[in-house]
Amino acid sequence: MQFKTGVKRDGTITGVHLKTLLDGGAYGSYGVASMFYTGALQTLTYHIPTYHFQGCRVFTNKPPCGPKRGHGTPQGRFGQEIQMDKIAEKLAIDPAELRLRIVEKPDTLTANYLQVSTTGLAECIRRVVAASDWKNRFRKLPRGSGLGLACSSYMSGAGLPIYYNDMPHSGVQLKLDRSGGVAAFFGTSDIGQGSDDVLVGCVAEILGIDPMDIRPVTGDTDLTPVDLGSYSSRVTLMMGNAAIQAAERAREFLAEAVSRKLEVPKGRLVFADRRVFDAEDPDKGVSFSEAVCLAEAIFGTLGTTGSYKPPKSTARYKGSGVGLSPTYSYTAAVVEVAVDESTGWIQVPRVWIAHDIGRALNPTLARGQVEGDVYMALGEALMEEQAFRRLPERLSHTLVHKFPSILEYKIPTTLDMPEVFTELVENPDPRGPFGAKEVGQGPLLPVMPAVANAVYDAIGVRIDEVPITPDKIFKALQAKAAGKSARYGPAHFPDVPWPETLQVPPPWEGGDGKAINAPPRPSKELTSKSHAPEVVRS
Amino acid sequence: MMRLPYFRYLAPRTVREAADLLAANPSDAMLVAGGTDVLPNMKRRQQVPGTLVGLRQVAELKGITNGDGLRIGAGITLTELVRHLQIPGPYAALRQAAVQVATPHLRNMGTLGGNLCLDTRCYYYDQNYEWRKAINFCMKKDGKTCWVATSSPKCLAVSSTDTAPALLALGATVTLVSAENTRDIALADLYRNDGIHYLTRLPTEILTAIDVPRLDGWRSTYWKLRRRGSFDFPVLSVAAALKLAPDGSVEAARIVLGAVASQPVEASAAAASLVGGRLTDGAIAHASELAAVPARPMDNTDFTLAWRKNVTPDFVTYALRELRGDDVSKLRLSVARQMV
Repeated sequence: MQFKTGVKRDGTITGVHLKTLLDGGAYGSYGVASMFYTGALQTLTYHIPTYHFQGCRVFTNKPPCGPKRGHGTPQGRFGQEIQMDKIAEKLAIDPAELRLRIVEKPDTLTANYLQVSTTGLAECIRRVVAASDWKNRFRKLPRGSGLGLACSSYMSGAGLPIYYNDMPHSGVQLKLDRSGGVAAFFGTSDIGQGSDDVLVGCVAEILGIDPMDIRPVTGDTDLTPVDLGSYSSRVTLMMGNAAIQAAERAREFLAEAVSRKLEVPKGRLVFADRRVFDAEDPDKGVSFSEAVCLAEAIFGTLGTTGSYKPPKSTARYKGSGVGLSPTYSYTAAVVEVAVDESTGWIQVPRVWIAHDIGRALNPTLARGQVEGDVYMALGEALMEEQAFRRLPERLSHTLVHKFPSILEYKIPTTLDMPEVFTELVENPDPRGPFGAKEVGQGPLLPVMPAVANAVYDAIGVRIDEVPITPDKIFKALQAKAAGKSARYGPAHFPDVPWPETLQVPPPWEGGDGKAINAPPRPSKELTSKSHAPEVVRS
Repeated sequence: MMRLPYFRYLAPRTVREAADLLAANPSDAMLVAGGTDVLPNMKRRQQVPGTLVGLRQVAELKGITNGDGLRIGAGITLTELVRHLQIPGPYAALRQAAVQVATPHLRNMGTLGGNLCLDTRCYYYDQNYEWRKAINFCMKKDGKTCWVATSSPKCLAVSSTDTAPALLALGATVTLVSAENTRDIALADLYRNDGIHYLTRLPTEILTAIDVPRLDGWRSTYWKLRRRGSFDFPVLSVAAALKLAPDGSVEAARIVLGAVASQPVEASAAAASLVGGRLTDGAIAHASELAAVPARPMDNTDFTLAWRKNVTPDFVTYALRELRGDDVSKLRLSVARQMV
């Protein structure tokens, strides 16, 4: 990939041009979507008035691939955040200070029409700067030790379904029983992230009962409404909102019945501690199970549904469906490295990370996600690699995967994990359930570039690719000692015969989300005719 | 999913019985102790013995005796060995090597004898059958070409045992028992620099015991290079043992490199350069450069081969500095990710 960023002396960005090539192997898979993600999500962290993205998905004779944590965005984020570090150095501005000057504002439509709702990025930066003692340690640590900072943003659920339709993305059904229990039917699958707990918590909070009173039934389409799945960091936001809607509808039935019984206006009723009571006279109330019985006597068997569909975007250009989300999370990380200058051996002793989650519905699970992100990110930063070798032409010419085994595809072990200091920044987002935003993928993104920036702080060489391995550091150090460029990474971006770029004027130039140079689409009638099979009658 | 091929499992209770079973099936039988090496290899069809002679129930192989030196039964697990060597002393290198083999689970199963006889490893060999077939196999199994260096007449698979360099530095000997014969050989003579025929052990012989001589006045250490703090085989290792005179001068020295050839490699010139002098920075630097000369890493394991060669002197320096008495605990923690 290649980044070109225009900046003023004070650090203000005037424009960004990003070119990427994505080697996706021999099969289509998610290739094009992944490539669009690389382009789409670069505009969320800092204000970028003009943005140009060119991406090319390359087919090669390599194995199939698919998206992983961060779906296409770690690549672009790596390039952008390293370039920000280089810009800061050139402008002689502290990298944290530079970023604080240019963070995107809340309630903004970006150049590529993504709706930033809330952003706690500035607070995230301030938190990691304070926790890591950045001001006293950056550029001041003894040689061989260094700090690096990087930021990121990620979507809280994809704005469009994988297969286009107008139906909800998440659905919930609740059934209230006379014993005070609630059966909750969710389409989600808990893949270990703890989504069942979060969803049960949303229902319990609205109805004022204990999570243990709720019996969740999940992930079985014979029994539950449809949910699109556990991907794109969407479950808490989308299923959470659906769960809240279903629970609020149930509360409405109960409030009506209790209001009639107690002769208290509905608006004064409080649902808490497994009771429904008068806010002005808390002793006056009924138990939750009594409330259910009262409501059932009036309305019959009690059941409610809730569903969620993300807000529609105004963007109408090709590719604008990628990266859309109801809201975006933000992360800042500071990584400390220790590098041995004789061997290039690299170690990460500490990571400080602050994540703007909107609101943490279950702080333990949220921290677990952040720390899991750091772990996975360090694998990408330091070890993970798919290496291929072309066997000699005269004997074989086969392209082989050098080590298609998990023993040789290295990921960190517990012994390789650094100390991780996690801070959750809570700035409730009106679009999230109780203000919550995603936490599953965003915190992975800043770690890789922060490692690269820390290596530069430690020993003054740039490693512009992952994994950042001791042998690459060693080579860069040798190049530096020989008076050559103190850098390891791709030397140039290949020539690509790009098609004409779609030009979409940004909102502040009077744009309406449409491309002004979009080629006319062939009409539907023509398309279907040309593909219709010939019918031969005999 | 890779499954084991069918095989017959025999469970003798004595060395004699095991040796007879091997003698009765010389072309078809293999020994299995902990199974942490041979069983995965069988799943990948690198070895397909019709008969496995299990050594788990052979009590004679499970003793450790202190006397004039140390006699270790080959069937001792690496975990048991580490536990036995808790007390610091001249055998530190052996404990450090054993405690860094693979993972706790594998050390609970794997034995010292098994680690000494560990099959040599290579990117082009430690692959499943289909992968190997796709490249028309390699010289070590079913093929003719060495894909690491296609003009090489011999297999370049890497000796990946941790304990062998340590025991070589300690001057160990091993006992080999067959139905007809029992022989004691120097551990160095067990190995050959050939990725296929890497052991001089006959197919009918059982490695039963390891003898480490009494080493009064000696100190030893083991440093292992691998990407992570657990799991990984060495891609370079340095075992060093020194006998120091009261005035600090070196009376005797042995330096052995692991994972730089198809057998552990003694850096005798480097060791000889230390004898008679003190362990000054200059002497250590000189010995480290000499030690790296015989290292011949190939492009068939983790990290680039040039880098592995480049850092060989650094690792020898670490070992010699530790033996001199320097505090290398920070370095150890950085390299091994744990105190060993």
